[in-house]
Amino acid sequence: MSQKILIVEDDPAIVVSLEFLMGQHGYDVRVAQNGEDGENLAREFRPDLILLDVNLPLKSGFEICQQLRSEPDFDRTYILLLTAKGREVDIEKGTALGADAYVTKPFSTRELIPQVQRLLTEPRSPS
Amino acid sequence: MMANAWLLLTAFVYLALLFGIAYRTDRFRESGKSWINNANVYSLSLAVYCTAWTFYGSVGLAASQGFMFLPIYLGPTLLALLWSGVLRKIIRIAKRYALTSLADFLSVRYGNATFLGGLVTFVAFVGILPYISLQIKAIGFGFELLVEAPDQLSTGSTSDSTTFFVTLVLVAFTILFGVRHLDATERHEGMVAAIAFESLIKLVAFLACGVFVVYGVYNGFADLFQKASAFPELAQLWTLGHDGEYEEWFFLNLLAMLAILLLPRQFQVAVVENVNERHVDRASWLFPLYLLLINIFVLPIALAGRLEFPDGQIDADTFMLTLPVHLENGWIAWLVFLGGLSAATSMIVVESVALSNMICNSLVMPILIRIPFVNLKEGKGLNRVLLFIRRASVALVLFTSYAYFQTVSSAYSLVSIGLISFLAVAQFAPALLGGLYWRNGNRTGALLGLSTGFAVWAYTLPFGQMIQAGWFEASLLTEGPGGIDWLRPIALFGFEGAKPIVQATFWSLLLNTLAYVGGSLLTTPSRLERQQARLFVGAMSFSEHSNSLQTWQGTATPIQLQRLLERFLGKDHTRQALARYATSHHTSFADLLAADVAEAGLIQHTEKLLSGSIGSVSARIMVASVVEEEPLGMDAVMDLLDATQQAIAYGQQLEEKSKELQKVTDDLQSANLRLQELDRLKDDFISTITHELRTPLTSIRAFSEILHDTPGLPEEKQREFLGIIIKESERLTRLIGQILDFEKLESGKMDWNPQPLELQALCEDALASLGQLLRDQQIRVETHFPETAVQVEGDYDRLLQVLLNLLSNAVKFCPKQAGRIEVSVKRLEEHAEIRVKDNGIGIPEKERNAVFEKFRQVQSTNEGKPAGTGLGLSISKNIVEHHGGTIGVAPGSEYGAIFFFTIPLLPETPALPNLQGGYVPEDPDR
Repeated sequence: MSQKILIVEDDPAIVVSLEFLMGQHGYDVRVAQNGEDGENLAREFRPDLILLDVNLPLKSGFEICQQLRSEPDFDRTYILLLTAKGREVDIEKGTALGADAYVTKPFSTRELIPQVQRLLTEPRSPS
Repeated sequence: MMANAWLLLTAFVYLALLFGIAYRTDRFRESGKSWINNANVYSLSLAVYCTAWTFYGSVGLAASQGFMFLPIYLGPTLLALLWSGVLRKIIRIAKRYALTSLADFLSVRYGNATFLGGLVTFVAFVGILPYISLQIKAIGFGFELLVEAPDQLSTGSTSDSTTFFVTLVLVAFTILFGVRHLDATERHEGMVAAIAFESLIKLVAFLACGVFVVYGVYNGFADLFQKASAFPELAQLWTLGHDGEYEEWFFLNLLAMLAILLLPRQFQVAVVENVNERHVDRASWLFPLYLLLINIFVLPIALAGRLEFPDGQIDADTFMLTLPVHLENGWIAWLVFLGGLSAATSMIVVESVALSNMICNSLVMPILIRIPFVNLKEGKGLNRVLLFIRRASVALVLFTSYAYFQTVSSAYSLVSIGLISFLAVAQFAPALLGGLYWRNGNRTGALLGLSTGFAVWAYTLPFGQMIQAGWFEASLLTEGPGGIDWLRPIALFGFEGAKPIVQATFWSLLLNTLAYVGGSLLTTPSRLERQQARLFVGAMSFSEHSNSLQTWQGTATPIQLQRLLERFLGKDHTRQALARYATSHHTSFADLLAADVAEAGLIQHTEKLLSGSIGSVSARIMVASVVEEEPLGMDAVMDLLDATQQAIAYGQQLEEKSKELQKVTDDLQSANLRLQELDRLKDDFISTITHELRTPLTSIRAFSEILHDTPGLPEEKQREFLGIIIKESERLTRLIGQILDFEKLESGKMDWNPQPLELQALCEDALASLGQLLRDQQIRVETHFPETAVQVEGDYDRLLQVLLNLLSNAVKFCPKQAGRIEVSVKRLEEHAEIRVKDNGIGIPEKERNAVFEKFRQVQSTNEGKPAGTGLGLSISKNIVEHHGGTIGVAPGSEYGAIFFFTIPLLPETPALPNLQGGYVPEDPDR
């Protein structure tokens, strides 16, 4: 059974690119275009990894991250934050909230794919 | 008749008595009490005004000119009404500053004007000489008359040896009496007591003589006047109104009024010797009463003299003596002699003391203190030097007076000699009165006035007399110097027909006053002068007992002060003075000296003590030489006050400046806050801009890599991905364009291209360019346009940009699938209004203005993403305002935002059919 990846991203073009990439690499991919949908879908879909945009309509990536990390159901779910804000404070905030990795836009697919694959080689151990 | 020896003995016994009174008074004073602290004694001491002139001369004048003797006493009587004003003011000032003479007074008033003090001294000295010579003459003829038969003394002239002898005795007496030692405070209580006693003797002698003549020889006033009225030339003596008498009467009154204030001896007794300012009040009626009493018998005695000596061979000035001698009443004659002696000696003593004080303090000391090798500051035994200077001054005054008597005044009547002196001292009047009541009176004016007045006086009176005495060619009087008629001393500037004294008074006082006023108005006084002027003119506002001297801020040890005092006062007097000071301050002499630093009061006291010996100006210099630091007392305070008027104006300016500064500071502060805010917004802006730039860039990069790294990608996918890359690139371009637009608008570099345009068309163009987006989002659009074209002038592209911005904002906030946007155009009075309404989340009221600020984004973190770059609305606002319109969020925006903007209508809006419909913009940026 292929590993599941949830993409939560509001920019349609980026969604298309990520969906294509992840699908091409054999992952089971679902997409949400705003924060609320993303959180709901996460509960329903139980992904192994969430590509989570920070700036989202309705609910921010940080909030979703914080929420999911408080639920034991998501202990084994990797969260990879995607953001266009590359400042150190943002990265610190993200990791403090329980994100496993932080990718700054514009990211390179040549780096993102290996990073996702590396994370998914073994199940996440809850911290 | 009377033995010479007996007369001499009597005179000496009398003088010894006076000396005894003075001595006892001084001793008594040392025990801390004062005999003369008494208004009656003060009033009597003022009667030193009545000299031999009064005692002998009034009768002499009355014998020829009747009531003309009276103005000399009427003047002071009239002035007595003003006394409590003028005199009290002078006394208060003199006490405040420990001023010891008129010269001192004037030099301090005019800013420590040493030269002025010297000039005053010189004028007083020269001016008083005739007056003193008059006294010498009177005493002299007193001696001679009583020794020889009156019938043989037709002229009243006296022999040289007698007057010289009299002068010698007077010098010795005056020195013993008034300059026996240096009095630290320059007050001579013993002398004043003796003077008061002499005034009594004068009055008693005069009244005794009068009673003797009127009631002893005649049967009362009625009898005497009846007998006299038998002679027409006598009867006219008690009527007024002869040629020129009125003006003479007026000028004599004026002169006497001034003399009572300005004669050195009057200043001495009335001001310097005054113990209590309140004594002036009683003196202001008691002294006039004295004058009245001493004048009652003047005319009767004069008439009796004319009746008894009908041949006119007896000098009328001697009637007081010659009548009792002639009528063979030795006791009366003896009493009159003593009265005359009293009148003359009291005047001579006080006048000499006052003059020697002035000469020493205002003439010699200021010179000595400036001569380096004399080294007054270090020298020892200066008290002896000072004493010597004073004694020498007394001798100088008296011997010079004697010389004047010998050369000039022996030929003149007592009164005419005295009036010369009156006029001389009257020259001080403008400077003194001006100094007391006119703030603008200054040193230059005082010097000019005094010199002018003195010159006119010297030319018209003493010089005139010298010509008549044969010293100069008589033609100077009759034809004028060099034949210039109007320069004749007796008719200066063509003032004909008046007595010399009248025209001299007129011209000298007039020119003096003019020069004083003119000089004062035309020159600017120094700051010190202005300060002194204020202090003197405003003197009555200071308390009677307020501290007299300027306070010293510096420090000195008591020992230094003691040494300084010893140099001028001698060891004993210094010790006494300091011991007295210690007692009055409830401490002991030893404790006083043991202090490390002298208290301010002691320094002041030292200055006061020194003022008595060397004058206030010199005293200040000497104290300053000991006290370190500059004084920062009254002077400095008054300097400050002086600057107050300027300071007030300046302060107001400062206040304004300060307000301006405060405003600038406030502005700066708010600007700073604003800058900080802007800085923060700019950070946010950059963050937002980068975010906005990064998003399309992410897609572009991702798809480029996918296309590059994915071999065998179906062509369909390739096209889709390339399409996205192109679209995202356009988005990037648009963003960059917006940033540049914003920069252009901010810096005013935007190119505007105004043209007439129709708003309906503009709206339709905007909606058309957003058509695809609106359809994608399934947003329903409604338009409400007027039927006729609404025309404005504006930049089409820019206004389209505004509209697109508002519409795309509306699209962004509209709910998905249920969005609704209304666009309306409306005519207002002068503007057209365009509204864009959506059914999105709305804008809270407090945010309505903020949304237009640059870098500001509608905060909607929980509800959705920020509205783009944060530049769109700011740019729109700028564009609308450039067109003369306004942009805003309309009320009712809580449920769906309502944005509006206005653009001025073109003046006439022709009701033309829609010509521009379907206009398609070239600029596809949005």
